[in-house]
Amino acid sequence: MTHLLTLIVVLPLAGFLLNGMLGNRLGNRFVTVVGCGLPVVSFLIAIRCLADLLGGGSVPLVETAYTWTRVAGRSFDIAFYFDRLSAVMTLIVTGVGSLIHVYSTGYMKEDKSYARFFAYLNLFLFFMLSLVLGRSLLVLFVGWEGVGLASYLLIGFWFEDPVNARAGKKAFVTNRIGDAGFLLGMFLLYWAFGTLDMDKINAAFTSGAAPVVSASLAGILLFIGATGKSAQIPLHVWLPDAMAGPTPVSALIHAATMVTAGVYLVARMSGLYLQAPEASQVITVIGALTAFFAATVAVAQTDIKKVLAYSTVSQLGFMFVALGVGAYGVAIFHLYTHAFFKACLFLGAGSVIHALGGEQDIRKMGGLAKRIPITFVTFAIATAAIAGIPPLAGFFSKDEILWFAFGSSRGGSPWLWAVAAATALLTAFYMFRLLWLTFLGASRMAPETEHHVHESPWSMTSILIVLAALSAVGGFFDVPHFLISLPPLPTPREELHHFELPLLGISIVIALTGLAGAAFFFGRGGARADAVRPRLATLHRLLSGKYFVDEAYDLVIARPLYWISERVFLRLGDRVLIDGSLHGLARLAQRTAGALSRVQTGNLHLYAFLVLLGSIACLVWSFRHG
Amino acid sequence: MDRVQLLLALSMALFVLGLLGVIIRRNLLVMLMCMELMLNGVNLSLVTFAQQTGTASGAVLVFLIFVVAAAEIAIAIPIVLLLVRSRRTLEADAYADLKG
Repeated sequence: MTHLLTLIVVLPLAGFLLNGMLGNRLGNRFVTVVGCGLPVVSFLIAIRCLADLLGGGSVPLVETAYTWTRVAGRSFDIAFYFDRLSAVMTLIVTGVGSLIHVYSTGYMKEDKSYARFFAYLNLFLFFMLSLVLGRSLLVLFVGWEGVGLASYLLIGFWFEDPVNARAGKKAFVTNRIGDAGFLLGMFLLYWAFGTLDMDKINAAFTSGAAPVVSASLAGILLFIGATGKSAQIPLHVWLPDAMAGPTPVSALIHAATMVTAGVYLVARMSGLYLQAPEASQVITVIGALTAFFAATVAVAQTDIKKVLAYSTVSQLGFMFVALGVGAYGVAIFHLYTHAFFKACLFLGAGSVIHALGGEQDIRKMGGLAKRIPITFVTFAIATAAIAGIPPLAGFFSKDEILWFAFGSSRGGSPWLWAVAAATALLTAFYMFRLLWLTFLGASRMAPETEHHVHESPWSMTSILIVLAALSAVGGFFDVPHFLISLPPLPTPREELHHFELPLLGISIVIALTGLAGAAFFFGRGGARADAVRPRLATLHRLLSGKYFVDEAYDLVIARPLYWISERVFLRLGDRVLIDGSLHGLARLAQRTAGALSRVQTGNLHLYAFLVLLGSIACLVWSFRHG
Repeated sequence: MDRVQLLLALSMALFVLGLLGVIIRRNLLVMLMCMELMLNGVNLSLVTFAQQTGTASGAVLVFLIFVVAAAEIAIAIPIVLLLVRSRRTLEADAYADLKG
């Protein structure tokens, strides 16, 4: 009985404890070695486990680390489950995670809280790994909440600025709303099956034994949790604000790994969702809406990280579309390619911000291609990958999603394809817009900023190169067919087969159209874009205001809550009821004391006389009662 | 009336005399003396009972009371002296500072 899986999970925890408790005392070199070394070791162990898995005929590895508690004959174990799906996830988390750790050594070099940063990153990895390796929903949920905590800590990493602290709070609170749904779903499943082990629940659903709960209800409840974590409508508002954290955090947590937890959850529970067509439809609709909505917002943003944040929301929407139409493997495929190119984009953005000394506004950039060439080339490759230019990674996964959105026998339809294709067009457009405004054209930088522009250190650029290479070739690894532990891909409808090649062509055309559109509008110093903007003023205001969702939530939810808190809970409940009753008690005690104090005359003879009377009374009483 | 009853009556008389003195007299020194009277009334009864029953415990208790009474007077007299020094009077009514 080996404990390799447990080791994968526990090593980052050890890193957290070491860096958190000793890091400040033992210096940055120690922090670097521990903080980067342990995730790398986890990654190597994960590869070893994958070899075991493939060598053992793909029988999932199961490891029980600890029995948490036993209630009424049922035991709650902390058990880890390693099949091909968790293998892919674990490799992404530890692999991309390790790369980003190394990058952070360069990015955070000057920060005074270097040890705290790595401690938090390691803590995040620990929870994320328990999320993807957990066998039961309970362990998954612990990881789920834990990554939320780590995310909160890292968004608010520079907590001296109240804006960052508020963004962290917003992320935390928004996630809690989703978690309520997740918890209810878990309760429902436990009530129905008496177990939280996901493989058993899936088996119970797929075996066709009449389930005692509605799969759709459980599915929708779990999906509510997923909307919170994966920033889908209506709980997407936290992710763009989460960009307040350091950029490596945005890359690791808010692009590559944590936000994909919702996708992983749905894919992991695919046995349930196969029996839940209504829930799948909800997922499809939400996913498509989110993808389109976020892509339109990304077109009008001017903060380099905000563009990427909305792009992440949009790509997550794509993954949910794939989940909704039953192509679970394809969703994980896109998750996997997205992890590479989006991490590369965010880290590239970090390199740009680093070069410009903290500037994030793309209106004040431009012409950076020659000044920071490595960042430019890697960023361009990742941009082409997300836009879907063949043969880069994003092309394969996105094309498969488009195809299944069109032809899947489990809910694919032309209109769904149309929305997804429009989103893909927008994606290509806003990504190339970003590329153009940041790196090409004439410089719009402030003179003193321009003077300091420098390429990032080797620790950062090497990571960019690795990730760009992975974004370029990652698509050739056929993830959907590797994931045999998931339900097979839905068969396309027979009569639609002849559409497959034309659609492939169309998706290439779409990507190139986006590129051409961006070149048309933002080439030559963006003159054409400036000319068009006044004519679409209303639309532009709507988009750059992010459809005013935050304002609407503020009006509908936050203000009434403030009002109730102020009027009912503070003024009535706190001041009148609680303060009033306490003051009343104090006044009662004062008055009683005032009355009783009159007995104390200070006259010695009276006291003596009272003692005499008391003694006589005692004597009389003792005679009476013999 | 035999000897025991006589002695008990005497001890009770001493006690009541002391008690009345404490309650009625105003002079602090006199009140202290009256307290001594009460204690000695009790001592007398203890000795009497010890005689009657032929045991030693009553007599031992008397010695204990002597010691305690001596200690009490050793503290009480200086306190009274200090009070008199500050207020220049021995009247107990002058010291009603503990009135609530």
